[in-house]
Amino acid sequence: MAAMQKDPVLVVVQLTGGNDYLNTVVPYNNPLYRDNRKAVGIGDNQILRLDGDYGFPSFLAPMKRFWDEGKLAIMHGVGYLDSPRSHFRSMDIWHTCEADKVGTEGWLGRVVREIDPKKENVVTAVSFGPCLFRALAVPGVPVACVAGPLETYGFLPAIQEKAQRQAVLDRFSRMYTPIPGSGVMEYMATTGLDSLKGADILKVAPGKYASEIKYPDTPIARKLKGIAQVHFADLGTRVFYCDHGSFDTHAGQGPIHANLWTSVSQGLEAFMADLRAHDKADNVIILMFSEFGRRVRDNGSGTDHGAAGVTFVIGDRVKGGHYGEMPSLEGGKLVQGDLNPNMDFRGIYSTILDKWLHMDPVRIVNGTYDQLAFLN
Amino acid sequence: MAHTGDIALMAHLMRRAGFGAGRDELEARVAKGYDATVEELLHPETQPPVDHYTLLRHQPSALLPGGVPPMGNINYMYYLVTTQRPLEEKMALFWHHVFATGNSKVDNYDQMLEQIDLFRNYGMGNYRDLLLKVAKNPSMIFWLDNNQNHGTEVNENWGRELLELFSLGAGNYTEVDVREASRSFTGWSFETKIPRLPYGRFPWKFEYRPEDHDDGEKTFLGHKGNFNGENIIDIIVEQPACARFICRHLYNFFVADEPQVPAWSLEPPRDPAAIDLLARTFHENKCEMKPVLRTLFTSDFFKNARYMHLKSPAEVVVGTLRQMGGYEIAMPGYGELSMQPSYMGQDLLNPPSVEGWHTGQEWINSGSLMARINFVAEQVGNTSLPGVQAIIKRLRAMGVLEPEKLVDSCLDLLGPVEVNANTKKELVEQAKEWGQIRWDTAANAQTATKHIGELLQLIVATREYQFA
Repeated sequence: MAAMQKDPVLVVVQLTGGNDYLNTVVPYNNPLYRDNRKAVGIGDNQILRLDGDYGFPSFLAPMKRFWDEGKLAIMHGVGYLDSPRSHFRSMDIWHTCEADKVGTEGWLGRVVREIDPKKENVVTAVSFGPCLFRALAVPGVPVACVAGPLETYGFLPAIQEKAQRQAVLDRFSRMYTPIPGSGVMEYMATTGLDSLKGADILKVAPGKYASEIKYPDTPIARKLKGIAQVHFADLGTRVFYCDHGSFDTHAGQGPIHANLWTSVSQGLEAFMADLRAHDKADNVIILMFSEFGRRVRDNGSGTDHGAAGVTFVIGDRVKGGHYGEMPSLEGGKLVQGDLNPNMDFRGIYSTILDKWLHMDPVRIVNGTYDQLAFLN
Repeated sequence: MAHTGDIALMAHLMRRAGFGAGRDELEARVAKGYDATVEELLHPETQPPVDHYTLLRHQPSALLPGGVPPMGNINYMYYLVTTQRPLEEKMALFWHHVFATGNSKVDNYDQMLEQIDLFRNYGMGNYRDLLLKVAKNPSMIFWLDNNQNHGTEVNENWGRELLELFSLGAGNYTEVDVREASRSFTGWSFETKIPRLPYGRFPWKFEYRPEDHDDGEKTFLGHKGNFNGENIIDIIVEQPACARFICRHLYNFFVADEPQVPAWSLEPPRDPAAIDLLARTFHENKCEMKPVLRTLFTSDFFKNARYMHLKSPAEVVVGTLRQMGGYEIAMPGYGELSMQPSYMGQDLLNPPSVEGWHTGQEWINSGSLMARINFVAEQVGNTSLPGVQAIIKRLRAMGVLEPEKLVDSCLDLLGPVEVNANTKKELVEQAKEWGQIRWDTAANAQTATKHIGELLQLIVATREYQFA
């Protein structure tokens, strides 16, 4: 890979709820797919073929375009041993890389700590969403959590009028003077001031932004636009995180899944177009995952929790293609009716940590896992 | 720290034994008297129960919330916000912290809410009886795999957590005790669950399976016998360690923040004499909770423990909604409100593990601090809410307000809230920038209202306000 002048940036898009692998990367020629998906199967006339075996449903059209450009890597059969099929537990495992106990440190929180051990840049990681994703949570590591629109990010957003807002926030900053040795109060002071500093730093981003690209009016597109704004503002942010959902399509999967993916893929299309238009795409990759896939046989209206899923990596530096292999749909080869994972998610993380972020993956993911070639 | 004034003391009691109270309520309670108020709190049956039907009228899905948040959270939040039995509700939350059972595995909000109801109905009764009910609670059994605890193949999950987290605390039993306790609880299961499809979730029911029970002799904490689960519980509650453990939990929840529970076998309590007193009361009253609570709330160590407890997200949200008012009806938007504690790190009905939530300082991180401040500020800055109007009305009745008096009065009416000298200085300087607060013209009154809203927001943004 040619050397980059700019620091590598990772954007994580979490598909919350358990995205249905088989209706995302459809094995349209496999009769077992048709047999098991009598209710929610994607019709042949709806398939955008990637090759002789797999296709995307038409509502993933923008993803097909990334595929055609050779910039989309599809990771098959992703999961881990003994999946509990529980949203929270499974998401925890993806966030903390601890499958056997309740982890306390998020993998990306560790990454931030590696990148910026002295906390010189409190916006090294920026997350778009109402709460701190556990993947980013490590005690003492600041993360800017943008809960609402970026334009109004910060403390006390209800105080709108500019001069007054500035006065109040200055007050806030002075009230939060750390008193060393005061325990919790000092900890809160540091946390509060970090957040305030982060808000100050980030608030310039929307003002500096100028673009011809039109993003769709969906929550995920708004978050991606926020990410673009912060990225373009050159604030040193290295990790971005956002999510979309709910992909937990137990019932009425047809229209719901289509809607979700239309939003996500159109949002990503606008995002990549925006990055490319500003010549700021080449140091960015997007990791898109879900906490598990869904059951092979549909339940008459939707699908229930499964095990192995699909993970995507998108970027101008990504070597597009299939990685790994879709697990067998044959009854005898399933685990509890679900696709048996054959690729550990920590291998994907390790690849990104090693080949993209240039750090030692073993410490971060608690072990050594086989890497993949999508960043060669 | 000064604790002048009956109002301040009553506010402290209501913040701890309930979820706080506005000034009108505080004055009424002070008139009734501190000890009389404690008695009222200890007798929830003297107050009307939560109006469940009004909840269902506005949020019909709250009847059987099923699987996905926020329906279960709506139901719980409604109770927390509207209850007229604050201590009953606070004790239910206390037991939810201790007997931490999570919807992540139970996947059934109907069952989780039933468990909370169990804590409401029996949480202030006898601890031994409560423990037995918890042992028979299908959600707990499922959560800790006791339905897989067979005479022929013992599963120690429930047996262990019973001793480590629910009664004695680590270091007060041996691995053999865990084993023997687990053997004693074999057969404590639930009726075969009706499959979820196609009719949805059905209630779970406890079932004792004698054929699955290990009838053999067990040796548990020095006692020998052909014990069943009930015998184990009887032996447990006799242990001095049990009284100390439960009372330390009460201290941590109601009085002052202790270190996290895993450290308890290593770090002594911050006030050993207080724990001793509570444990003695617990033991002398044969595990009745009310005498212990009475001792706690009337003690000096409680009355002096102002602001030594960092509010949990539940306390932040519920306290604010109750004080600001306007949230007694579960109107549209209640779902988002009831998810607020989750955004602050406490997903009610879904603690991250059987160890429960890490409390105290660990509630604070860069995401949660902003979430907490912004949520409360949004409420107190909303001058149309009844609670905010009540504060403004009282301020208006004071006439023209100089900056220092404005700050003192706002601190008083919002809490009372105590802040350190530096914080106070900043608040007063901010008020000085506005000048006098006047009500003589419509324009002045409007400006006054605006500035008061801003000052209230600044107060709830202080670090001190994060404490109860």
